[in-house]
Amino acid sequence: MEAALGLMRRIPPKHSETALSALLSLLPHHSTDLLSQVDQPLQVLCDVDSGKEFILCEYNRDADSYRSPWSNKYHPPLEDGPRPSPELRKLEIEANDIFAIYRDQYYEGGISSVYMWEDENEGFVACFLIKKDGSKTGQGRRGYLQEGAWDAIHVIEVGLEEEGTAHYCLTSTVMLSLTTNDESSGTFNLSGSIRRQMNMDLSVAEGHLCNMGRMIEEMESKLRNSLDQVYFGKTKEMVCTLRPPAELLQPVLPDN
Amino acid sequence: MSDQEETTSELTDKQKIEIAKWFLLNSPPGEIQYVAKDIRAVLKNERVYRMAAAEAFPLYNKSHMICLEFPDRSGEVLVTPFSEIDKNEYLDPRTAQVAMVDHVKQVCEGARPANDEELPSLYIEEYRCALDAEIIKYISVAYPKGFSSVYCVNGKDVEEPGSDFELVVVISAARHSPQNFCNGSWRSIWNIEFKDELQIVEVRGKLQVGAHYFEEGNVQLDAKHECRDSTIFQSPDDCAVSLTNIIRHHETEYLNSLQASYSKLPDTTFKDLRRKLPVTRTLFPWHNTLQFSLTRDMQKNLGLDTSK
Repeated sequence: MEAALGLMRRIPPKHSETALSALLSLLPHHSTDLLSQVDQPLQVLCDVDSGKEFILCEYNRDADSYRSPWSNKYHPPLEDGPRPSPELRKLEIEANDIFAIYRDQYYEGGISSVYMWEDENEGFVACFLIKKDGSKTGQGRRGYLQEGAWDAIHVIEVGLEEEGTAHYCLTSTVMLSLTTNDESSGTFNLSGSIRRQMNMDLSVAEGHLCNMGRMIEEMESKLRNSLDQVYFGKTKEMVCTLRPPAELLQPVLPDN
Repeated sequence: MSDQEETTSELTDKQKIEIAKWFLLNSPPGEIQYVAKDIRAVLKNERVYRMAAAEAFPLYNKSHMICLEFPDRSGEVLVTPFSEIDKNEYLDPRTAQVAMVDHVKQVCEGARPANDEELPSLYIEEYRCALDAEIIKYISVAYPKGFSSVYCVNGKDVEEPGSDFELVVVISAARHSPQNFCNGSWRSIWNIEFKDELQIVEVRGKLQVGAHYFEEGNVQLDAKHECRDSTIFQSPDDCAVSLTNIIRHHETEYLNSLQASYSKLPDTTFKDLRRKLPVTRTLFPWHNTLQFSLTRDMQKNLGLDTSK
């Protein structure tokens, strides 16, 4: 299992789907572990009732069916797939509505889904998902990307409310791949995946949704920043180490 | 969650070898040994692992154009498709030696002098040698840890003017610093066709740059570029100078375009995935979310719901 995770840390993130299915076939008895510890690019289905797309993940899956957050129905239909309690479902509906507005403001398109379920410790867990195709044939507004995929997975465990505050534990993963391609500079692809955790104790006066939303917004900004500044920056640094740009080279003195 | 995965568990050894090879061949620059260690542990089948490694390592070593030192420290040999004499034998034209390579260990275990048949004619050698010397000068300035070699891939037995021949310039620069969680490689392959009848020399370049940064994450650059150019057929020394100028020019341009791609990221390319700030340029008003849903309910009740 350790070795399998080691492989996932080295294989180019744009191939993570192939890598994961290869590992699942080599290690069938570890499939549950693998699926819960390795994040894979998100898939999408269309809700037959509302006509809206929703995102598939381990958290809305039962057997081979996935529950849509829009109609609360399993696709393909499933008799007694688990559903959240009526009270939690109310919060889930609200979260889906609001998160869709949030997603539109930051992503200018894309698809989002929120799933909630009760956990054993009387708290609940929420999973916020965003998928964006930023390519010029997808929803890339500026049309620079030949290929561009962003998948964000945020899982928040919300503890039981005590004296007006609750504990929130957020685990976020972002997976992305972007490719530009033109005559003069060839193909340029950056792909990556990072995962971070954030823990907070917050007053629930403004509601869980408000707290979860703020944490996710902060986390997404942090992840985007570190990908942009740190991770992409480090690969650029590597390129400049391999072949330093002219201005960094020591001037060569002519031989006498 | 279901546990119906038994049907998928019966992979044949052949399939396992294919999977293991896929992992090995997709190793980032300089990381195949780490990947090998992990895939070996996952397979738990030494025979399958050895078969996969025996097939994948030579392919990886050649495509990454790894550089190995001769045991007597007389120089380095590049493992490339152009220098391959036999599966485990690679020619170093500069020292006229043939290196015995252990692909899986990635070491040069010995060397023998090259036979006459393995080396180009004197006529070709003049062109090859002159170009090699110029390229060495160029890479010693441009690549802090670069290696190069020049091979004759076509017409090596041509002995005098009147026939075509083809040289290949290979440049390979790798940097492995696992302690800084970063590895990378720059590879260029320049095919140079000397066309006797047209008195022209045609140049085709293939450049490939990769980098992997993996401190608490996994981010990789994979960039490729191809270009063409040409010059006139001249004396060996003049050809060497003008060809090296062409290569220098295109590689410098390519580095510039890589840097331009990086500088465009924050405000254009990356923005198409996710903006830094919302379209409103202020943080999302989570505290007003109640209001959002109220407005929405009102709109719904009034039949004004336009949002999807």
